[in-house]
Amino acid sequence: MKPFAFARPGDVAEAVRTVAAEPAAVFLGGGTNLVDLLKLGVARPDRVVDVRRLTSREITDTDDGGLRIGAAVTNSELAADPRVRERWPVLAQALLAGATGQLRNLATVGGNPLQRTRCVYFTDVSTPCNKREPGSGCSAVGGYTRYHAVLGVPAALPDASAPETCIATHPSDMAVALAVLDARVQVLGPGGARTIPFAELHRLPGDDPSRDTVLEHGELVTAIDLPPLPAGARSAYRKVRDRASYAFALVSVAAVVAGGEVRLALGGVAHRPWRATRAEEVLRGGPPTADAVRGAMAAELAAAQPQPGIDGGNGFKIPLVTRTVVATVRDLTSGVPA
Amino acid sequence: MTELLEPRAIGRDMVRRDGEAKVRGTATYAIETPVEDPAYAHPVQATVARGRVTAVDTSAAEALDGVLVVLTPSTAERLASVEDREYAVLQSDEVDFRGQVVALVVAETSEVARQAADAVRITYAEQPHDSTLAVDRDDLYAPEQVNAGHETDTAQGDVAAAMATAHATVEQTYTTAMYHNNPLEPHATTALWDPAADVPLTLWDSTQGVHPSRSAVCGVFGLEEEQVRVVCPFVGGGFGSKGNAHAHVMLATMAARAVPGRPVKLGLTRQQMFTLVGYRTPTIQKLQVAADRTGRLQAIAIDVVEQTSRIKEYAEQTGVPTRMMYASPNRRTTHRLAALDVPVPSWMRAPGECPGMFGPEVALDELADTLGIDPVELRIRNEPGVDPETGKPWSSRNLVQCLREGARRFGWADRPPPLHREGAWLVGTGVASSVYPTMRQATSTAVIRYEDGRYVAEIGAADLGTGAWTVLPQIAADALGVDAEDVEVRIGDTRYPVASVAGGSSGTNTWGSALVVAAREFRTKFGHAPADGDEASGDVDQASTDEDHSAYAFGAQFAEVRVHADTGEIRVPRLYGVFGAGRIINPRTARSQFLGGMTMGLSMALHENSVWDDRIGQVAKHDLAEYHVSVNADVGDMQAHWLDEHDPYVNAMGSKGVGEIGIVGTAAAVVNAVHRATGVRVRDLPVTLDRLLPALP
Ligand SMILES: Cc1cc2nc3c(=O)[nH]c(=O)nc-3n(C[C@H](O)[C@H](O)[C@H](O)COP(=O)(O)OP(=O)(O)OC[C@H]3O[C@@H](n4cnc5c(N)ncnc54)[C@H](O)[C@@H]3O)c2cc1C
Ligand code: SF4
Repeated sequence: MKPFAFARPGDVAEAVRTVAAEPAAVFLGGGTNLVDLLKLGVARPDRVVDVRRLTSREITDTDDGGLRIGAAVTNSELAADPRVRERWPVLAQALLAGATGQLRNLATVGGNPLQRTRCVYFTDVSTPCNKREPGSGCSAVGGYTRYHAVLGVPAALPDASAPETCIATHPSDMAVALAVLDARVQVLGPGGARTIPFAELHRLPGDDPSRDTVLEHGELVTAIDLPPLPAGARSAYRKVRDRASYAFALVSVAAVVAGGEVRLALGGVAHRPWRATRAEEVLRGGPPTADAVRGAMAAELAAAQPQPGIDGGNGFKIPLVTRTVVATVRDLTSGVPA
Repeated sequence: MTELLEPRAIGRDMVRRDGEAKVRGTATYAIETPVEDPAYAHPVQATVARGRVTAVDTSAAEALDGVLVVLTPSTAERLASVEDREYAVLQSDEVDFRGQVVALVVAETSEVARQAADAVRITYAEQPHDSTLAVDRDDLYAPEQVNAGHETDTAQGDVAAAMATAHATVEQTYTTAMYHNNPLEPHATTALWDPAADVPLTLWDSTQGVHPSRSAVCGVFGLEEEQVRVVCPFVGGGFGSKGNAHAHVMLATMAARAVPGRPVKLGLTRQQMFTLVGYRTPTIQKLQVAADRTGRLQAIAIDVVEQTSRIKEYAEQTGVPTRMMYASPNRRTTHRLAALDVPVPSWMRAPGECPGMFGPEVALDELADTLGIDPVELRIRNEPGVDPETGKPWSSRNLVQCLREGARRFGWADRPPPLHREGAWLVGTGVASSVYPTMRQATSTAVIRYEDGRYVAEIGAADLGTGAWTVLPQIAADALGVDAEDVEVRIGDTRYPVASVAGGSSGTNTWGSALVVAAREFRTKFGHAPADGDEASGDVDQASTDEDHSAYAFGAQFAEVRVHADTGEIRVPRLYGVFGAGRIINPRTARSQFLGGMTMGLSMALHENSVWDDRIGQVAKHDLAEYHVSVNADVGDMQAHWLDEHDPYVNAMGSKGVGEIGIVGTAAAVVNAVHRATGVRVRDLPVTLDRLLPALP
């Protein structure tokens, strides 16, 4: 643990200026992830800038029939909002499937999608990790990969010593729901405000695994916009985990069924919430029967790379995510409550 | 035969005496000890699994404001004894396992201590390490004995011949994972070294025994017992990991001696607990079971392979329950160890019995399947009349009654057929037996004094959250013939008479026996109208002993398992245990122990798994988000029941100990139920959904 300065600026503009001015400054939301990482020595900022009381804590209706959710809204408040529960159940369910009541009371809408991976080597500073220490290598390759990616990783067995290797997953449940809902992220940066489609917020490791998102240093999430779903749409979130509660997803599925359209996003399988566009495309041709969904998932997973490793690796995620998608779509289309 | 106490306070559901202080947050734990101007210690841990420290650069650490001292192998004091290499902290530059402490920072605040610990630069000459447990290693060896002084190997008859000719056999290998005790309260010690004081060293230590902790420290530092006081009123769980002092107690002492007069607090982090405070060894159990047509066992054998550390031997007695559990003319048990570059394994709730009742109880289920005999009935058919190991009669053995009572409560007779499906779930039921030896330690003394119209009993016992604060007054009250409210018991301090470790489910049996001796002595000396200050003491070794019987508690556990047909998720909506554990002193605290043990057994079945990364020689998981233990949502209708058991041989209370038996057999019951639900026989713990996926519809 390293000492840092703590700042609580007067408004969002000042917060952005403060962070932008210092390369090792970070925003603080609910702190449920950042504070852990500070204690572990994974995050080593010089300055921590508390934005929790600066960004909006309101959920407001937008003209297009959607919602604007302030970045300081807590995960609990969002999950309990009657509009969300009724019109975007996939989001409420995803939130409630995450963490615990106590954590959700603290965790913010701004912080949740920006939480870091739970890769056990990322959080152990005694092991090499490209995400934590660029260029040091990736300890996860050939290691404990149960919670690691199968999609968006290179075709061959990744090279553990290469600086671009990272097979981590993004751990957020909420983010998977936001990906399927085509949410938009409102951002304020040193250069002004911009809007990022949620599906483009998170990135694959590319040549820089240390970056989880496309946000530039100093860019603050101020709100998340939720567009309306088509009339009659049904949506659900299904999370599969190693214990009944209080565990990150092995795999998860956010699904929307609207008219003839099926939208799918997957969690626990990639470095970012994975919008299953290939599967969606395949399903566009006809009714989403179990066979059709299975076929669509086969197409989606054609490039999947199960990771071997100690404790059996993560190849099980291929059948598991397929079965979970099939079941979720089945329940949504057959009227069974999710 | 012992004359049993007439139960008046014993058997009553009495509220925990420490409960209110804990609920209100006023109970002080070791790290919270209110001391003046404490300093804080933080260890630096090795990042190689084997090698030598070639250089320690403490300059950056020492330059930090608030750093008092940095202890390293070259600056730390020389210990009086380095015989126990777990305790020989900072005595050499050898690194014996990854995570071993190679330096210690003492600073004004815990934050600075941590920061300075990060700033210590260590250079290593790394050597190849070997931390892989395997059944085919060529360096496996037979220890001289296994934990608790049991023989390493036993054999009777000819197992091979029986296997060759029997009607039915099972020959399979089962494994249990590595487990970390993970009590809620992290290990912590507050230490004060004041050379001018009568008692120069005081340790407020989170321990399962203040006296054993003191002995360990005295040995290592060459101190007399009178020079050391260990205090521990409350413990936030130990599960065996606080049964022995671990390296951090020596480090805290060393730190205190480096800053005389200044109390030092050393609290381990959850991450550090994965290397420094013991764990249960993984076990590989090769089982051979043979039976005749009617299910009567012709042979049972268990060959165990497990690990220990290169620097200190700990041999889990995994094969021991197989020696006495069921009748069989031919039997064999063996233990072989691999000494690896790993942290030192140690006790964890029901060492021996817990892992050792997994393989056999699953193998019996497999045998029942092969023979087409109900698994409850199969166990009943193999009930031995006397202890098969010693030939002695049982002090009491009610396994059959536990099985029958459990079956009745559970509705076993009407259980669904194999591969039964209800809606989205596959449903199965399973059973397994539990056992735990009834123990009493050789040393413990209690003093009873009449003080201000009340009886005060003093004994250096420990309450880990188990109930000693509450049940010891009940025992003393009945022994004195007074109300429990008229007895105050003082424990958790070496100022009180010597007491044994709270381990082996022996605490109540041992300390209670000493209390009974003291009470009888008191009444003999002072009658029923004592004067203020009258005092008598009693030793456990004056209590009547029984060498002629084998004494064990027994139990049966029944599990209902549901496996989700889409995803393989596993739930255990019902888990019932029925136990014959002697007389129950306090149903409230006993039920907590049984349920706690069963929950931990459920956790072992489905969740706990210290995945070992042998590439680097450490556990891959290092916090409670990763090291899963069962959470509330995993526990369904869990019930613990007990028989009204009267055992005149064990001790004056008639108690057998309830702290550990609940974890024994649970995992097997769950695995057996998973098999019935899905047809998948999982022989390696834990059972996780990926193992079941291939068999799902
Ligand atoms: C034991 C445990 C279990 C958990 N289980 C789950 C789970 O099952 N599913 C799940 O989804 N999550 C889980 N979580 C994670 C939890 O959801 C996140 O920690 C939480 O959502 C983060 O929100 P926060 O506001 O506390 O973020 P913080 O910890 O404050 O910040 C997280 C990151 O976001 C940045 N940040 C915060 N606010 C902003 C902003 N407005 N603009 C730009 N950057 C910002 C911070 O700099 C930091 O990098 C778990 C956490 C714990 C500790
Ligand atoms: S997977 Fe990514 S986060 Fe994990 S060790 Fe490799 S680089 Fe680090």
